Amino acid sequence: MSAILTAENLKRHYEVGGGAFRSAATVRALDGASFALEPGKTLAVVGESGCGKSTLARVVTMIEPPSGGSLAIEGREVGPDGAAKDRDLRAMVQIVFQDPYGSLNPRQTIGQTLMEPLMLNRPEIKAEERESRAREMLRMVGLRDEHFDRYPHMFSGGQRQRVAVGRALMLEPKILVLDEPVSALDLSIQSQVLNLLIDLQEKFQLAYLFISHDLSVVRHLADEVMVMYLGRPVETGPKDEIFAHPRHPYTRALLSATPVADPRHEKTRIKLEGELPSPMAVPEGCPFNPRCWRATDECRREFPPYEGERHRYACYHPIEE
Amino acid sequence: MSDASSATARTIAQAPPSPLKDFWNAFSENRGATAGLVVFMLFLLVAIFAPLISPYAPDTQFRDALLQPPVWTDGGTWQFPLGTDPLGRDMLSRLIHGARFSFFIGIVVVTVATFFGVVIGVIAGFAPTWADTLIMRVMDIVLSFPSLLLALVLVAILGPSLLNAMVAIAIVLQPHFVRLTRAAVLSERTRDYVTAARVAGAGKMRIMFRTVLPNCLAPIIVQAALSFSTAILDAAALGFLGMGAQPPTPEWGTMLAEAREFILRAWWVVTFPGLCILVTVLAINLMGDGLRDALDPKLKRS
Amino acid sequence: MPLLEIRNLTVEFSTTSGAFRAVDGVDITVEPGDLMAIVGESGSGKSVSMLAVMGLLPWTATITADLMAFNGHDLRGMTAKQRRRIIGRDMSMIFQEPMSSLNPCFTVGFQIRESLKKHTDLDRKGRQERAVELMKLVGIPAPEKRLGAFPHQLSGGMSQRAMIAMALACEPKLLIADEPTTALDVTIQAQILELLTGLQERTGMALILITHDMGVVAETVKRVQVQYAGQKVEEQEVGALFDDPHHPYTAALLAALPERATERRLPTIPGVVPGQFDRPTGCLFSPRCRFADAHCKAVEPVQASPEMGLALCHYPLSHGEPTKKEQAS
Repeated sequence: MSAILTAENLKRHYEVGGGAFRSAATVRALDGASFALEPGKTLAVVGESGCGKSTLARVVTMIEPPSGGSLAIEGREVGPDGAAKDRDLRAMVQIVFQDPYGSLNPRQTIGQTLMEPLMLNRPEIKAEERESRAREMLRMVGLRDEHFDRYPHMFSGGQRQRVAVGRALMLEPKILVLDEPVSALDLSIQSQVLNLLIDLQEKFQLAYLFISHDLSVVRHLADEVMVMYLGRPVETGPKDEIFAHPRHPYTRALLSATPVADPRHEKTRIKLEGELPSPMAVPEGCPFNPRCWRATDECRREFPPYEGERHRYACYHPIEE
Repeated sequence: MSDASSATARTIAQAPPSPLKDFWNAFSENRGATAGLVVFMLFLLVAIFAPLISPYAPDTQFRDALLQPPVWTDGGTWQFPLGTDPLGRDMLSRLIHGARFSFFIGIVVVTVATFFGVVIGVIAGFAPTWADTLIMRVMDIVLSFPSLLLALVLVAILGPSLLNAMVAIAIVLQPHFVRLTRAAVLSERTRDYVTAARVAGAGKMRIMFRTVLPNCLAPIIVQAALSFSTAILDAAALGFLGMGAQPPTPEWGTMLAEAREFILRAWWVVTFPGLCILVTVLAINLMGDGLRDALDPKLKRS
Repeated sequence: MPLLEIRNLTVEFSTTSGAFRAVDGVDITVEPGDLMAIVGESGSGKSVSMLAVMGLLPWTATITADLMAFNGHDLRGMTAKQRRRIIGRDMSMIFQEPMSSLNPCFTVGFQIRESLKKHTDLDRKGRQERAVELMKLVGIPAPEKRLGAFPHQLSGGMSQRAMIAMALACEPKLLIADEPTTALDVTIQAQILELLTGLQERTGMALILITHDMGVVAETVKRVQVQYAGQKVEEQEVGALFDDPHHPYTAALLAALPERATERRLPTIPGVVPGQFDRPTGCLFSPRCRFADAHCKAVEPVQASPEMGLALCHYPLSHGEPTKKEQAS
């Protein structure tokens, strides 16, 4: 199947600081990500804070323009204006945020929240039609008709997240960016929302860009995985490959650091020394080199080239299979 | 999926109290605020029905009853329960009509100041850095003057009248609203629901006034309530200085000024207008504090 | 004698819309050198019960208990101030947000020395030395330099280490860690958990880990207490709990873990945790329970035997099947 979204060497830099007597510094929040999304498939982006996964979400959703590289959706290049003037483009990509308590407008009823995207983008649709579509969506995400006129504060986190998913689907997008959609939810609610996402993906052949730090969720949901570290993807590939044979030392360390809910699980934990560097001061060369146990001089000089075909990794000293 | 929704049916059946109910619970818990609200309501009723309940018109002069003391002192009569002023006008009637002016001043000033303050504040909160800086520095300059002095200067330029006094007070109060609104907007605009509205395609204007502003209202309402009392107080002060309402308007501050020379001979001519100002301002401030406690989530107990 | 023994602890908050029972008859027993976890979702009262023991709850809370003893001191009837003086040295607590748990106005070193000043009789020099020693103990590099740092100059992981150093200042007999790694990244979380268990082993203190993360529980502790809606529903050794949960809630929770999933659709627990306004009668879990019958919905369950994990259930599970020991008529 062909890709619906392709990103080539996508970059997003921010100018920060800079006062009367200092020049501004550049933060490379996202520094060269290439990937493709396919209908009905899930690409999971994994990484720790500062790895650029939320910036990636904002760029793909066209909330922020990329500073470099190219982003194409259904073959159409996204210009510097993003989706500001292009309704069709905007309707194509929608997003669900992490915090269900912050992502719904407290002063809007659930119904208004659901109808807003239609009202703004499809003004030709009549009010009754709009409402009936919103009510249908409410049922589709597992809520009931009488919830339509209620305000968000009357709902639990899981129910709010259902509403947020519903709002994102109102414009019938082809791509859904899920920015940590279940990490603010309790375990017993998490599985309900994950099931909903699986159902919707099958029903509408949605392409998911699933951003998460929870590897057990990623393992369950993803088809492809992209591991990021300080703004750069360090390893991408099919899920089973990544989890079974990680080639990049960081992926390996991340996998071993993730707690496994099995008391009998014996593992050799790779103890990473040191802290995550700040995105303000990304180390020269491979950004992982100060914490890496395999690093050599080479790693400190230049970012390694990507190797491999479907399973790509950027490392001079990859872990043997 | 189906099991999830059937179970949510059970749990949502007893919904938590509505925000209004919740607000009232929190507000009525505060005794001072409730008392303030009651007094405020009383004054409001008095102001609305002034012509009906006042015994005389505020400017009717009784030539044979100049400076008559209140009823409970020697020489007082029930004809003038709170005595008369130097021109023989009934104090009670003047005070009752004075309540009208005070509320009129309060409502007009607060409306004008809130409207412009909120609009400028929202714009500053969304404007590019340079425009934001410009707006806020202008507001800082306004704030750096003592407010009454600035109002005096403005009235001196515009000429003394009640209307000009109100304009002056509104200008003086308005920067507080700008700062408050801007601060609220800055903290709200980074929330996810605002980004979600942008992704949904909402334009700048819609985001500013339909999405963000309604969520910034709580602190603005509190500030409006507190400004109400400031407006009454400032208007009275301007009136007292002869720069506000002009005689024979029965405005409380003006009444104080008119009676200044009789302070020693006839205590009631200054005490009652002063008390009215005190009680109204106190009641509104108590109410404002209660509003703040009930509306401001930062102070709310969880 | 247990280090900490609590029987039938109940905490009620008075809110503007009525009383809210956050903790409902919880028992906790901690032996010296114990390594246990209290697991639960939000609203399970896991943090509140520990805050009640520490005397850190606001005045709106009403705390009652049949027994609340720490190291031989009866804690009931003590004011929060007395309690902190008596147990402050022997019981410490660290919190989820290391950044907001440190006072941003003072250096880390000042805050550590301050707590040493309060609880020990070391002199100025002794306190400085002890502070450096503590910073080394929790694995902070260049401790002399970091003591002069303000909290905002430290990363999340470093702040949490500094918090642990402060908590360890007086060599407590019991350390309560309330979601200590929830705000941290995975690789940092691994470091902090390793540090905590290492310190527990070396100093012989007891450690209570409050968490919602089953993975952390499985890898870190020896004994687990599961709470739901303010009640303790089960207590078991960690291995046994993951093998054979006796309370339907524990079983459902473990089944909902994505890593235990056998098919693409995850098993779910319908509904939500009951809140202030929708507490069911009978068993609190009955509206969401797969095995619940009319008896469960009407009658409050009592604790089962220790072999059944003290499960608060009419029909505790054994290998996934309810034991219908006393069929309700």
